[in-house]
Amino acid sequence: MSELRSLLESARYLSREECEALAKRALGFITTADAARVNITSGSRGNTRFAVNQVSTGGDNFDTAVTVTAYAGRRSASSTTNQLDDPGLQQAMATAERLAKLAPEDPEFMAELEPMQYQAGRNWSEATAALDPQGRADAVRAITAPAKQAGLISTGYLDARAGATSVANSKGLFAYSRSTASALTTTVRTPDGSGSGWAGAAHHDWARVDAASLGARAAEKARHSRNPGAIEPGRYTVVFEPTAVGNLVQFIAGALTARAADEGRSFFSKPGGGNKIGAKVVDERVTILSDPFDADVAGAPFTSEGLPTQRSVWIENGIVKTLNYDRYWAQKKSVTPTASGGSLKMNGGTTSLDEMIASTQRGLLVTRFWYLRPVDQRTILYTGLTRDGTFLIERGKITRAVKNLRFNDSPVFMLNNLEALGTPVRVSASEDGGPGQAIVVPPIKVRDFNFTSLSDAV
Amino acid sequence: MIVRTRIDASESTGYCVGSTRRQFVKTTSVAAAAIAGLAAVPSAARAAAHSALPLSPSLGDPDIKALAQVALDAARGAGATYADVRFAHNRTQLLFTREQRVQGLTDNETRGFGVRAIVNGAWGFAASREISRDEVARVARQAAAQARANSGTLVRPVVLAPVTPTPDGTWRTPIEIDPFSIAIEDKVGLLLAANAAALKGGARFVNSNMFFLREEKSFASTDGSFIVQTIYRTQPSMTMTAVSSDMSDFQTRATNEIAPMGRGYEHVRDARLVENAARWAEEAVQKLSAKPVEVGRYDLVLDPWHLWLTIHESVAHPTELDRAMGYEANYAGTSFVAPPDAVLGKLKFGSSLMNIRGDRDQPGSLSAVGWDDEGVRPERFDIVKNGIFVDYQTTREQAVWLADYYKKSNRAVRSHGCSYGQSWADVQFQRMPNVSLLPGEKDLSWDDLIAATDKGIAIMGDGSFSIDQQRYNAQFGGQLAYEIKGGKIVGMLKDVAYQMRTPEFWGALDMIGGQKSYRLGGAFGDAKGQPSQSNAISHGCVPSRFRGVNVINTGRKA
Repeated sequence: MSELRSLLESARYLSREECEALAKRALGFITTADAARVNITSGSRGNTRFAVNQVSTGGDNFDTAVTVTAYAGRRSASSTTNQLDDPGLQQAMATAERLAKLAPEDPEFMAELEPMQYQAGRNWSEATAALDPQGRADAVRAITAPAKQAGLISTGYLDARAGATSVANSKGLFAYSRSTASALTTTVRTPDGSGSGWAGAAHHDWARVDAASLGARAAEKARHSRNPGAIEPGRYTVVFEPTAVGNLVQFIAGALTARAADEGRSFFSKPGGGNKIGAKVVDERVTILSDPFDADVAGAPFTSEGLPTQRSVWIENGIVKTLNYDRYWAQKKSVTPTASGGSLKMNGGTTSLDEMIASTQRGLLVTRFWYLRPVDQRTILYTGLTRDGTFLIERGKITRAVKNLRFNDSPVFMLNNLEALGTPVRVSASEDGGPGQAIVVPPIKVRDFNFTSLSDAV
Repeated sequence: MIVRTRIDASESTGYCVGSTRRQFVKTTSVAAAAIAGLAAVPSAARAAAHSALPLSPSLGDPDIKALAQVALDAARGAGATYADVRFAHNRTQLLFTREQRVQGLTDNETRGFGVRAIVNGAWGFAASREISRDEVARVARQAAAQARANSGTLVRPVVLAPVTPTPDGTWRTPIEIDPFSIAIEDKVGLLLAANAAALKGGARFVNSNMFFLREEKSFASTDGSFIVQTIYRTQPSMTMTAVSSDMSDFQTRATNEIAPMGRGYEHVRDARLVENAARWAEEAVQKLSAKPVEVGRYDLVLDPWHLWLTIHESVAHPTELDRAMGYEANYAGTSFVAPPDAVLGKLKFGSSLMNIRGDRDQPGSLSAVGWDDEGVRPERFDIVKNGIFVDYQTTREQAVWLADYYKKSNRAVRSHGCSYGQSWADVQFQRMPNVSLLPGEKDLSWDDLIAATDKGIAIMGDGSFSIDQQRYNAQFGGQLAYEIKGGKIVGMLKDVAYQMRTPEFWGALDMIGGQKSYRLGGAFGDAKGQPSQSNAISHGCVPSRFRGVNVINTGRKA
């Protein structure tokens, strides 16, 4: 094993000093540009997939990419390369300079930032950076072995990343931050194909992910979801587990762009002109924010332009507090640019999932959603289906598994029809099982959620 | 599944909905990756290129061949019973604009290699950007060591179907004009002129893009193959947005009749953006006052720019063999076309008009190659014949799983050539080839189908889309929808989407166009696998009519 370990190197990424030197070298190749910026991303990514209770594929890769943006007055262009020797960097700068001169003048030109101060990022974990293929295989075995023993079929994916990002410009700005990310998701199915259960977790700290308990939860869901019965599509009271809430609420975050709102092409546009800042759009118990320095949803401490990120409260007590302003639109509207760092946190309440079920006369329990796609941007209306654990609630108890359902509804309508909220937790709500965006949301109970058809898919 | 990243209306703080990078992004390289459908690539491994660079060193040169041998020897030395190596050099260029402004102009390049190895019957894969003798050997040993670690949970060892080695293969996408040879000023000028025409046509906002890719890849395997291929892909596209005068409504019109293709700059030329922009803008404006659809059952007449996506989701995905066998259960899902021995040659997929074929050789198609990413020369193969399901998409590992069926039907156990890895940093696996609906025998056109329809809806272009993880229940919208009455189009409709159950939908196919009406649609962003990889595919099809499909109205008030 010792020989094996020496081959399977742990995380590789560029240090602060290496990024500084690389950026300096790239900026040194400026010949005609008035200003330039260098963005560096560097890191390793390891993954292990398993299917039918065994590892199916896995991979490890390491890469560094340098993007050079060159300015000629109000004109600019970018060039990216992963060739880090002098000829590679020189070529990248020359290409960016040449293209910049050919670009038309940018009426929305924003000058590069002056040097700034940054807080230290909070999304680095040694446990994640040290996770090697053997460690990943061991974690996978904690799911596949019990599943096999129980006569169930487990499939899943473990993704771990460690890397660094850096921004530097010709005005002397320099920013560097390391980050890690990990996610483990598993789908456990019954051999007859009539039951399927899912569980997943994502965190920048691998130590917070418990493989065995995820496997057990997915297995339990698989067993209980066997032989689902048909119900009529229609409007139902629904208890959403946190993953399902995360699946939908992130689309509100996706619609927060101030400019699109001001231009009249967003849910956040106000009829007659302007945007909905100050307007109540969801239940007053709802607050949604981004905070890159909250340990639960830690994100990058700076943007790709080198702007320090900060906490942004989007919706507070149901009222829109701010929208996402880029530097240009912020200047035009005389506000501070947003730079939120991209994570998402929704507040909760005190009702437990069990209490939500117990208080439901007739409704559904939804584990998660699948293939969510926009239908109408005017209302943030999405369609998609339930998956891997959908149950009927009758007279305060889960009575049976039901077939999956397609819905056509909006997270905005959902958060207006709110009955109860539980304790917020970190979820893995990305579509593809990668670490995705850091999201913390509560389980919720909602009335009148709109299911439009039934699916035979298990 | 298709993953699209919006870059319109979300620029500087672009929140990539539908992307695997759900975070606020700004750099143009991210947008470049997004439009290329490469959003799933680790950011550091994003495909791309330098327009000023001559392609050197060429991946076909003797140095690469020697390095490939180093990789294969090192993997074998570390106990691999099989190994392959792919060296790739990707160049991409993205231009994106809105109204009279160029938002991004970016030229990208990435080079690197990946080694795949089998030890004790298990796969391992490792990759690196550093193309040197020592690193190639180290990565090959790492791939073998990882395979060894993975073999700990092994239940069924990997066996590969035989392949005829190609010791000296070369292939190149047949293009007329190398897109990297066209001056940036000309490209920018064309997009801004098209935007101006759209604004004149009534659009309040307009976004337009051009994306180009050239990928050179060299493949070598312990079976004795050494293959060098150069692949080109091109897509121009536009989106028009109309806003009502009281700011209470907005509608968009995307140009999905201009599919991404495996062509050169001639594809941009042929798209005639400037000439068509005003019409597209007028259609966006018309959508503002279109009649909301009444829910109910209608006969649908679907054009190829719409139907390609329905074929992609409901036919191409469920006939991927790894899905049917449960290997993709955790993300893409499984398949209703399963288990194989119960459905092969037996399952009625649709009406007898339905003939579906897989290929990687249609001119201009995105999947066209000389060899797949494990050195197999692809073949044309029937997937659905006269409405009956007859075969899956396969790789070398998977063809062996169907050995009994192939032997029974007197066919060789051979891969269909469906192995693909999105970049040097990603392991290759089964991806769909072009999966196309063959034209009917009668020489029918779009107009003939409309004329033969009494009460129906004509849908043009793809819109919203969603399907379950076994590919039964789907919902599709379109770009434009028109009411058909008594064989004539009588007006525009809005908020149209249809819901379907796959076998019933294809069973309701009762009229299809002839050869002359055959077109290729397609996408860059076909996502599958974990980590999610992006595949580029075309789907050929003809205008088709489906009887009595359930149509819903998706319009709601905020």
